[in-house]
Amino acid sequence: MIKSTRTIDIHHITRVEGHGNISITVKNGQLTEARWEVVETPRFFEAMLVGKKWENAPWISGRICGICSIGHTLASIRAVENAFGIVPDDQTAKLRLLLKHMETLQSHVLHLYFLAAPDFLNVGSVFPLINSHPDVVQRAAKIKQLANDLCDCVGGRRMHPTRTVVGGFTMLPEKKELVHFMERLNDIKNDLLETAGLFRSFVMPDFSRETEFVSLKGAGSYPFIGGDLISTDGVVKKEHEYALMTNEYLVEQSTSKWSRLSRPSFAVGALARLNNNFAFLNPLAKELSTSFGLKPVNHNPYMNNIAQLVECVHVVMDSLQLIDELLGMIWKKPRTPAIPKAGIGVGAVEVPRGILYHRYEFDDEGRIVRCDCVIPTSQNHANIQHDLTALAAQCAAQGKQDKEVELLAQMLVRSYDPCISCSVH
Amino acid sequence: MDAAKTQNRTYLGLPVVRPKVAFFELSSCEGCQLQLINNEASLLDFLSLVTVVNFREAMTEKSDEYDIAFVEGSVTRADEIDRLTTIRKNAKVLVAFGSCACFGGVTQLKNRFKDPAWVKNQVYGSHPIETNDTARPLEDFVTVDLNIYGCPVKKEEVEKIVTHVVLGRSIIQPKYPVCMECKENENICLYDLGEPCLGPVTRGGCDSWCPNSRFGCWGCRGPAEDANIAQLKVIMKQYGFSEETLLDRLECFGGFAKDAEALRETMTKVK
Repeated sequence: MIKSTRTIDIHHITRVEGHGNISITVKNGQLTEARWEVVETPRFFEAMLVGKKWENAPWISGRICGICSIGHTLASIRAVENAFGIVPDDQTAKLRLLLKHMETLQSHVLHLYFLAAPDFLNVGSVFPLINSHPDVVQRAAKIKQLANDLCDCVGGRRMHPTRTVVGGFTMLPEKKELVHFMERLNDIKNDLLETAGLFRSFVMPDFSRETEFVSLKGAGSYPFIGGDLISTDGVVKKEHEYALMTNEYLVEQSTSKWSRLSRPSFAVGALARLNNNFAFLNPLAKELSTSFGLKPVNHNPYMNNIAQLVECVHVVMDSLQLIDELLGMIWKKPRTPAIPKAGIGVGAVEVPRGILYHRYEFDDEGRIVRCDCVIPTSQNHANIQHDLTALAAQCAAQGKQDKEVELLAQMLVRSYDPCISCSVH
Repeated sequence: MDAAKTQNRTYLGLPVVRPKVAFFELSSCEGCQLQLINNEASLLDFLSLVTVVNFREAMTEKSDEYDIAFVEGSVTRADEIDRLTTIRKNAKVLVAFGSCACFGGVTQLKNRFKDPAWVKNQVYGSHPIETNDTARPLEDFVTVDLNIYGCPVKKEEVEKIVTHVVLGRSIIQPKYPVCMECKENENICLYDLGEPCLGPVTRGGCDSWCPNSRFGCWGCRGPAEDANIAQLKVIMKQYGFSEETLLDRLECFGGFAKDAEALRETMTKVK
């Protein structure tokens, strides 16, 4: 039995990107308070871009995040192109999506193996697994390396890409390189099935809290770049109306802004995408999802891990298709020139951790007058807080030991795969 | 990989000590740390050279005992100065890891605004937020033993430098510009492709990473030895690029902060 007041304090939770704290207080078996605090330092990207010419935007704002720099770069480019009235051709759109897919794959695999799996295997990091589970680590490295190598090939660099520019690419990969990657992608399918086997051996904690899920709205395909916005509570908005979807506000416990829509909080990310767009998943991915009992609308935040796994399969299958289509096309020039003009542009892109928005307002010479970036993790913070409160209350009622509560709380935060420095930017 | 074997690693028949290595991040995107994990092909070999005792992004265990501290990010808030001071006390070798740590990186872009209150207001409105007026490199607060440049750092270079530290070999960083590596790579000059480039003045060592992708250099590694900014201005003008374009590039990562400030000063006067 729990007798007195107990406090669980986790300062700078590990195996997440950025700095956040968890604090849970239980008194006489009742939860007094559970808090998710974000203490990351702000870098003021929205201010630093003001006065800069348009070509600075993707290059600088991509540096908001080291993990999803490709996603930020693509959202920024889309916002600039929307402002200038540039519509990417099929070739550029396909190459960008292929690049985006490989970032999703490398980021999800990084999270699943290096950040999440250690909790299920009862170790503090991936490092002891190098000796105890060498096959697991080697498989993770193999998948990640393929994803990153293909990012290098299309984007010029796996982090802070060099070939992605407004109007297209500075240069294109060679077709024979893509042929080679097709072989590697085919080879990796088996590694993903083995990854599924590994995660099937893990028990996802039994916890659910009904919430709203926000993502891009698929139109014929599982959505990643641009389009309408949708929520599981039935809200649908246009891309440029994103602010009506995000409703950012400031709270005392966080240097990151929070968001809400139809309820006190909502969630974005792989689980949100899957909940809204399950029908558009590749058949193999859909089958895998079903085999894990993951169907829309699933309200268990820990299942975001499985949703990421499902998306890994989806992006690999879709990349094979994309490369096949690209190889069948006669390639045009990599880039169309941009002609700046005054106006506002919004770019919405599904990055690994959820939907990301960039918005720029330009003067007639293409200088940024105002800038706004809404980050997936900042949209998730309120939902993490509400989940944490519900989880802590459930644990207190079940009389769980401190160690167990501590682990479950950290696993909850990690399930969101938060990118905290990104959320504060 | 056999743990016992790696504990008794030798080089030229002599035992090699595995240094305890710690990673820390101040205001940053954490991308430079991630670059190490991103080097899948040689990650395991690299890890066998060192003992990682602190790497919050990847592991739960923590320790205050370490030989080499890699610090990523710039200093933008008072508590970061305290953290950095403690790290300096604990570490035998302190490495400024990446351009934010070396020069302020992109985070120093806010320094150009004369009114820090305006900067805060752009993002947080009237909501109180704690932040220093300027983003500063590590060397403004503690002694830095070694700089590893780049945004992001080049993983091959990091591994080479760490290997040299472990083996006690001296570290020589290039003084020549990116331009030289670019020529060696037989790239078409970016200027001839109609793109501005800081390759002529930026420190090499990245193997002309960006120009290899036909993307002009933005000077993330700071100035090469005897960087001739005056001549760069002439080249930029000759190829029809505005002073604003030059300023954007010089200003981006903080390595050319003085030159950028001087240029901005003259441009304001012209206006």
